[in-house]
Amino acid sequence: MADKLISKIPDGPLAEKWTKRKSEIRLVSPNNKRKLEIIVVGTGLGGASAAASLGELGYNVKIFCISDSPRRAHSIAAQGGINAAKNYQNDNDSVYRLFYDTIKGGDYRSREANVYRLAEVSAAIIDQCVAQGIPFAREYGGYLANRSFGGVQVSRTFYARGQTGQQLLLGAYASLNKEIAAGTVKSYPRHEMLDLVVINGQAKGIIARNLVTGELERFGAHAVVIATGGYGNTYFLSTNAMNSNGSAAWQCYKKGAFFANPCFAQIHPTCIPVHGEQQCKLTLMSESLRNDGRIWVPKKMEDVMKLRKHEIKASQIPEEDRDYYLERRYPAFGNLVPRDVASRAAKERCDAGFGVNETGLAVYLDFADAIKRLGHQRVAERYGNLFEMYEKITASSPWEEPMMIYPAIHYTMGGIWVDYDLQTTIPGLYAIGEANFSDHGGNRLGASALMQGLADGYFILPVTIGDYLSNKFAEPKTDTNAPEFEEAQKKVQERIDKLFAIKGKRTVDSMHKELGHIMWNYVGMARNDAGLRKAIKEIQELKKEFWVNVYVPGNQYEFNQELEKALRLADFFEIGELMARDALNRTESCGGHFREESQTPEGEAQRDDKNFMYVAAWEYKGEGVEPELHKEPLKYEFIEVKTRNYKE
Amino acid sequence: MEFNLKIWRQKNAKSQGHFETYHISGIEEDASFLEMLDILNEQLIREGMDPVAVDKGCKSSGPVSFDHDCREGICGACSLYIDGRAHGPDDHVTTCQLFMRHFKDGATITVEPWRSSGFPVIKDLVVDRTAFDKILQAGGFISVRTGAAQDANNILIPHDNAEKSMDAAACVGCGACVATCKNGSAMLFVAARVSSLALLPQGRPEAARRARAMVAKMDELGFGNCTNTRACEMECPKGISVDHIARLNREFLKAKFRQ
Repeated sequence: MADKLISKIPDGPLAEKWTKRKSEIRLVSPNNKRKLEIIVVGTGLGGASAAASLGELGYNVKIFCISDSPRRAHSIAAQGGINAAKNYQNDNDSVYRLFYDTIKGGDYRSREANVYRLAEVSAAIIDQCVAQGIPFAREYGGYLANRSFGGVQVSRTFYARGQTGQQLLLGAYASLNKEIAAGTVKSYPRHEMLDLVVINGQAKGIIARNLVTGELERFGAHAVVIATGGYGNTYFLSTNAMNSNGSAAWQCYKKGAFFANPCFAQIHPTCIPVHGEQQCKLTLMSESLRNDGRIWVPKKMEDVMKLRKHEIKASQIPEEDRDYYLERRYPAFGNLVPRDVASRAAKERCDAGFGVNETGLAVYLDFADAIKRLGHQRVAERYGNLFEMYEKITASSPWEEPMMIYPAIHYTMGGIWVDYDLQTTIPGLYAIGEANFSDHGGNRLGASALMQGLADGYFILPVTIGDYLSNKFAEPKTDTNAPEFEEAQKKVQERIDKLFAIKGKRTVDSMHKELGHIMWNYVGMARNDAGLRKAIKEIQELKKEFWVNVYVPGNQYEFNQELEKALRLADFFEIGELMARDALNRTESCGGHFREESQTPEGEAQRDDKNFMYVAAWEYKGEGVEPELHKEPLKYEFIEVKTRNYKE
Repeated sequence: MEFNLKIWRQKNAKSQGHFETYHISGIEEDASFLEMLDILNEQLIREGMDPVAVDKGCKSSGPVSFDHDCREGICGACSLYIDGRAHGPDDHVTTCQLFMRHFKDGATITVEPWRSSGFPVIKDLVVDRTAFDKILQAGGFISVRTGAAQDANNILIPHDNAEKSMDAAACVGCGACVATCKNGSAMLFVAARVSSLALLPQGRPEAARRARAMVAKMDELGFGNCTNTRACEMECPKGISVDHIARLNREFLKAKFRQ
């Protein structure tokens, strides 16, 4: 099966690869596009932009989302911004520099060619979004404004207050609406994909559950695009939306699509700390806050103790008694080190006992200096809505006291393995955005998720999918009465029947919380051999218990949110296990994946390039059978592989 | 904290709904309103698990269905009419960002779905808001094809116009404006989109057509008209101003005169 891992990276100089590939790709004539059907699952930045662009090209597109409207997809919650190599600031930015920062930020575990292409199309994304009427922040002269983000030394991030994801998604959604009105795209809200249908080795359709009526429905197409985001909710507590899940991607894995680097999960350093056992969701505070906010904990243990007992306030601690640990440890990047580095540094201070909040699991993010330097109004313009949001949640004002923050699961770099064309190991099945693995390596830089989603959806997939479809127009429409559809629907039905038949004693949420604890403790910010083995065992046991002791109320043929959750949780167990397995295999530390056995004397992550400079692509081998590991070696031809250094 | 929750239960669109009252205790002040509903649901599911209690006539209607997703106040999925106010007693928040510290310990809290003929109930507190999608499909976009755009800085937009456009673009499409309006009007929702695009040079070429088409679609879908009560502005979680309705009216009239 190793021959399945053909990355199809074009030959030639890095800067010419995408142009070369585009010139080779076969075209589909307009009259033939009308005969072709494409299913897009997910309506976030990737899915919405892809469906709109494919519709414009003349394909017949069906788009599915689990929410009541495509506009609810979780891309909407991205706050800080989107990167693009425009060099509008004249700070010597370039396509190469954005490419370099992304490869380095990802700790040399992403593909050179993919990342270069991402940087190459980044500028066109901003042009497209402005043309759609996205109200990006402007200078007084009317030109676009920029800010800086973690892991870089230029200002290349475009933003719309703290609501950049919302604005970009509304732009893509507007384009989607334009195509729905034109009749090229048909939208299926409140539909959840529960299986992929493969006929003669090719992706030909999906089985979806109508979440209002509960009916299982069959949809056929000539190709299927998965744009369903990441699997961060495996941890139960994360910054992902409550309904975000990994199930669509997981069904593809079980039908033969390889799953790559599942252990690469991003832990975001600036989230509002956990407040108690009743919590179900963590809230992110934008990374953009680190532009002007300074992160610190007290130097003296006595201050820590007084703070935890509310005897003093953070603002009362004198300057000389504060440890601005990021500025101390990483002078060159300071508070703007990449997310994985910032998260680990926070954990290090909290583990050493200097964490604040009653739990001891928080650090300060302080704006006092910024308010002094810039004035109230300019700080309000940049971060006003984030300050307001923080105050609404915590009942504490960042204008008076520093914010308290702590790392939380935020994004998954791993995902379905794709080649340069974004095609998976199943012909006709594509994966875009967070759902694929390709661009961020071991750690994603801030403001790059939006960039990737839109790059894939607007500019890459609509071109590359043509190559596959160019000889499919003569094929008749996929027959949803085919035995493969019959079989897939039967399996889904059996799964649902089984869940209702258990009538056990545990609620879905209680079991999801338990899975979350295992994941956070053993597959979280620091991992080791014994812990990972324990995690695999505990997850397997929990999964076993789930299938004999879960309780799903109600019935299938109604709007039933507990059934939705149960179906997703069943997959989260399996995803969690594969994450642990991948983390166990990768004995090096890199990016967000920190193996305690592999660190420098200063406690920094230590890569093992000799043994692990590869993409780990896992192949499903059946229930209860260990998955098979395939390795795609990573070759760095155009960039010198170095140890990441944010100190000098 | 503890509460009595008087919640609207309705099996599906066709059946008749009714209120049921539940008691809940042990709620932290820092819990959000939806976290409290999560806890209530956990309780209701456990009640339904017990076959003995069910045999004895304990009729559990199961967990309460409600729409929610991001829980950060941005996706617009959550709704809920709480004690007679859309998104509850706090100002400028969606229900997911409403915290229990805003309620009196021991209070009885009434929870209903959005009530509007434009938003039929699907189940319990979940309503169908696809009418909003249809209004936007009628013209809430700029007709630009992927790849057709010029360099972004070739379109200069004065800082203040961009800010005003952004104020309107902050709409999350939750439907609080409709639920609050005594006429069940979607005017603020329509105005937010029309105004946001009309303030930008890219949006001008289609401004008249857009205003006309979106208002016509709103009327067609059974939403009421605007009588300037400004209730929508008061309850909008994003504080979107009725000034945008004035701008919509200008665009609409211009379009009419041109006809």
